[in-house]
Amino acid sequence: MQFGLSDSQRLLQDSARKFFAAECPMALVRRLMETDAAYDGALWSKMTAQGFTGIIFPEEYDGAGLGTVELILLMEEAGRALLPGPFFSTVVLAGGLLNAIGTPEQKKKYLAPICRGERRSTVAILESRANWDLASAQISAVNGKLSGEKLFVPVAGVADFIMVVARNGVFVVDADDPGIHVEPMSAMDLTRKLYSVSFENTPAEKLGDAAGLQKALDVSTAALAAEMVGGMQRTLDTTVEYAKTRKQFGKPIGIFQAVQHQCADMYLETESSRSAAYYAAWALEENMPDAALAVSIAKMYASDASRAVGNRGIQVHGGMGFTWENDLHLYYRRAKASETMFGDATFHRERIARLAIDSAARTAKSA
Amino acid sequence: MDLNLTAEELQFRDELRAWLAANLPKDWNQWREKPIEVSFPYLRAWQRKLHEGGWAAVSWPKEYGGRSASLMRQAIFWEELARVDAPPTANTLGLGIIGPTIISHGTEAQKKRYIPKILSAEEIWCQGFSEPNAGSDLAGLQTEARLDGGDYIVNGQKVWTSYGWVGDWCELVVRTDPSVAKHKGLTVLLVDMRSPGVDVRPLRQMTGESEFSEIFFRDVRVPVANVLGEVNDGWNVAISTLMHERGAFGARLHLLFKRNIDRLIELSHSVQRNGSPAAKDPLIRQKLAQCYAEIEIMRLNQLRAFSRIAATGVPGPEGSILKIFWSELNQRVQQIAQELLGPYGQLLGADRHAIDHGIWSYGYLRSRGNTIEAGTSEVQRNIIGHFVLGLPRSY
Repeated sequence: MQFGLSDSQRLLQDSARKFFAAECPMALVRRLMETDAAYDGALWSKMTAQGFTGIIFPEEYDGAGLGTVELILLMEEAGRALLPGPFFSTVVLAGGLLNAIGTPEQKKKYLAPICRGERRSTVAILESRANWDLASAQISAVNGKLSGEKLFVPVAGVADFIMVVARNGVFVVDADDPGIHVEPMSAMDLTRKLYSVSFENTPAEKLGDAAGLQKALDVSTAALAAEMVGGMQRTLDTTVEYAKTRKQFGKPIGIFQAVQHQCADMYLETESSRSAAYYAAWALEENMPDAALAVSIAKMYASDASRAVGNRGIQVHGGMGFTWENDLHLYYRRAKASETMFGDATFHRERIARLAIDSAARTAKSA
Repeated sequence: MDLNLTAEELQFRDELRAWLAANLPKDWNQWREKPIEVSFPYLRAWQRKLHEGGWAAVSWPKEYGGRSASLMRQAIFWEELARVDAPPTANTLGLGIIGPTIISHGTEAQKKRYIPKILSAEEIWCQGFSEPNAGSDLAGLQTEARLDGGDYIVNGQKVWTSYGWVGDWCELVVRTDPSVAKHKGLTVLLVDMRSPGVDVRPLRQMTGESEFSEIFFRDVRVPVANVLGEVNDGWNVAISTLMHERGAFGARLHLLFKRNIDRLIELSHSVQRNGSPAAKDPLIRQKLAQCYAEIEIMRLNQLRAFSRIAATGVPGPEGSILKIFWSELNQRVQQIAQELLGPYGQLLGADRHAIDHGIWSYGYLRSRGNTIEAGTSEVQRNIIGHFVLGLPRSY
């Protein structure tokens, strides 16, 4: 048993970190966040060349065939760099969904072009009730056509096709169809933008068996938790650096225990989030019986921790942390968006309760 | 990353399981609630049995009676013992901390003299570290030892000594050179607690029991041969001991916490709240789920730390998050227990209405000590700030 990374995993982590540092510096993030979908075609091509767009998908669909642990290592580095645009929505969310529930033909048609970096996609889950419980979808396809509205759809502005979670299955629609209206939602996170997507008798192709939907979303949720870990790490690193250099009363502020203890708590919250996210990825990869529970534990903890780490980081930065010019708020905005996505800590605590508390009642009764 | 047990780890676990199936005492439940003074001979006998099977100190090197078990195997060991609800060992500090310190710093003669009796629980060990004026600032300790012929003469007072009431021997940190910087003039002595001038008094703590003692030393003679490590190098000897304390100790704690949360979940189905089981109350569900999740994360943090130690060979200062994590978590768990049990939460074991023999009222009070003992949360955060994050030293 060992909870460390293998040599090849460390290599991937290292090369991803270097790649994002070189190709996705904060100057680029700031330039892209002023654009419509924060999408950069050149960066996308480079990520494709690295194999990132097909990272966990089978080689027969032009993927790289790696595992869930590799995926979360990549996401952690993407989070550290605050990677803007459609990578998460296209590769992790839409790609993961297609791979889990698409038929072989559908994978060839939709997943392979994602792996090759040719197409972008996203998944539309929430509606006006904004309930992350998948059973709460109201929209349903009638005679192969969808009508209704989906909200909070990540980076739909550059999607070539959109996956839609409906009452009677998961459907894929062509984003260029005249029956689709995609409209930006003005939201906190400037680097991963949200959209409303409305359908009016839009032709929709049903994806294969939707039974794998929850597991696919669990993989996306673990990947998101790992991305949050990367954001926390960056916030921690930046804050510690600032505490070492910023001087007040003739001393670096990091010498004061009130500041030092904030940093220590950021470290504890970041490392604990990382332990939980890594374990969730491994449990999913190995199909462990506690995989769903592990995912909720990871997302629950990261949701509260990433907010706390952001709060502490801004506080330690003082007035500088409150400026637009400082990058912390960009991470803080992403942290809030990610906290909400796939359910916040309260949502996942209830899911943990269903898995760990309610099951204890069943065991007691059957015993 | 592979959290499955390796073939060798499985073999280790199966061997232990087989041994436990044949040797585990069946009557521990009749002893567990008794005061430790009463159950202590029982615990000694259990440790002797473990030792005879070669299981008393799995982490120790083979040549000293251990199994040279990796931290992962130690974790497996504690998990298996908890799974069958085995009694604790009698010589907890000897096995967990002092034995390993003697093995790494002692002379061959010292190892030969002390190690076998630590393993067999024939000699119980305690630790003389903290003093009334040296708690977090351990290096400021004042108990002094002056050389007089072939002996050191020790004068001073120690406090918060676990197992002081039953200790045969003490790992004592004393000041041997008051003229140098405070952490440079310390030495570790191995002291026979039956020496003339040693006076042990129980220290009554807020739970009402006396887990700890105060020890007074008045002109106690300790032979020079009982210096552990080098004279005036006691700080390094003592620090290596503290690192041991923060290592595998957590693996056992996790299992205790797991048992507590499982029991609280079980209770939540029978305890009523607003006319239905507390397990249906959304707020109780949230709080239990939070604790459940954090207890799991405690396990995962430990596994990651163990893997790091396995790779680098030494416990790093990152271990400090484990101490903060478990101690603050246990305080939250105990508070949830109180919320869940309502008025019953306050009942002591002696009351006939008490739930679980009063473990929850005891646990609530006892948990306040968690963020103080073995390095306060404040000291742990200083350690992270300075040694892990590289911030300037604040003191």
